[in-house]
Amino acid sequence: MFETVRPMMLFTEVDSLQYSGSAWSPYLVGGLIGVLSMLTFYVSDKPIGASTAYARVAGMIGLLVVPKHTRSLKYFKDNPPTLGWELMLVIAVVVGGLIAAWTGDELTGQYLPAMWQDRFGEESYLLRTVVAFAGGILMAFGSRVAGGCTSGHGISGTLQLAVGSWVSAICFFIGGVVTAMLMFAI
Amino acid sequence: MIQTSSPKVLIQGSIFGIVFGFLLQKGGVAKYHVLIGQLLLEDFTVLKVMMSAVLVGSIGIHFMHRAGLVELHIKPTRYASNMIGGLVFGVGFALSAYCPGTGAAALGQGNYDALAMIFGMLAGSYLFAEASSWIARKIDPLGDRGKLTLDKWLPGSRTVVVFGTAIVICGMLVAVEFLCVQ
Repeated sequence: MFETVRPMMLFTEVDSLQYSGSAWSPYLVGGLIGVLSMLTFYVSDKPIGASTAYARVAGMIGLLVVPKHTRSLKYFKDNPPTLGWELMLVIAVVVGGLIAAWTGDELTGQYLPAMWQDRFGEESYLLRTVVAFAGGILMAFGSRVAGGCTSGHGISGTLQLAVGSWVSAICFFIGGVVTAMLMFAI
Repeated sequence: MIQTSSPKVLIQGSIFGIVFGFLLQKGGVAKYHVLIGQLLLEDFTVLKVMMSAVLVGSIGIHFMHRAGLVELHIKPTRYASNMIGGLVFGVGFALSAYCPGTGAAALGQGNYDALAMIFGMLAGSYLFAEASSWIARKIDPLGDRGKLTLDKWLPGSRTVVVFGTAIVICGMLVAVEFLCVQ
């Protein structure tokens, strides 16, 4: 499984548009997410956000392994790791994604995405694991510093016209475009 | 040991999460190549989904707020933290090609590499907590403007700014459609 990547498999030209696109119109989906935001504000008095759920779980694991130290950290003092709305939302997103892919006959059921394989090799399991894990670390750290992620700032914050959310969302894309270009366009 | 919210709150979160995950997958944004395609400026699906959500949500929530139906939840504007955190997030966004929400939908879709991203998110969240006291003292105060919104920054009432933003978003979406015809 963890074979080294053959050098000639690296840096193959790939085109993101040769793969399947969205099942539904992106405008319809976006509009419905807008309506969903209205409902979460009205019903639960909460904006949609995803990144805090991961911080809650990280805090729970911390409480199990090093309880005293975890309780001493400022972030967990201010935001105790509770099982609440935010965490249930993200757990349920997994289920929602499964239902949508299943009903649309789009279940992938594989570790390496097709476009990744075409660029970095059929067997690049170790490389993908390291890159995705590092990406997760940076996203969690960045979203906590910025105060939210692509959902919390990018959708919920921008739709309330918060200046910091627009600034953050623009920076998400600046950082993302530069990095993706380095990974794929050279 | 771990506090739990009321069952009502947990059920509400679950229902909204299922719908959100369903929509993310149907919108194609749980797919690796759609997210990378956006960051390579080849496929504008992500931008279309996000901007349509902001268009509908901003008008809807503004008028619900005016009618006294909802409270706003504005996050503070802290220029240094927003920019530094935003850029760091962006690098991670491209590396994993999932974001915290779409990655969960991608896992449901069967992209098992999203698990590596999820474990990374847990590690990164704890790392942030380790640094949180220092960041709150040294970084957050730089350019801290509190709960600043665009209508306090631009001329016109909040309603005018909401519609102005909607017009800008529509213009952007039309431009994307015209510029990206294959």
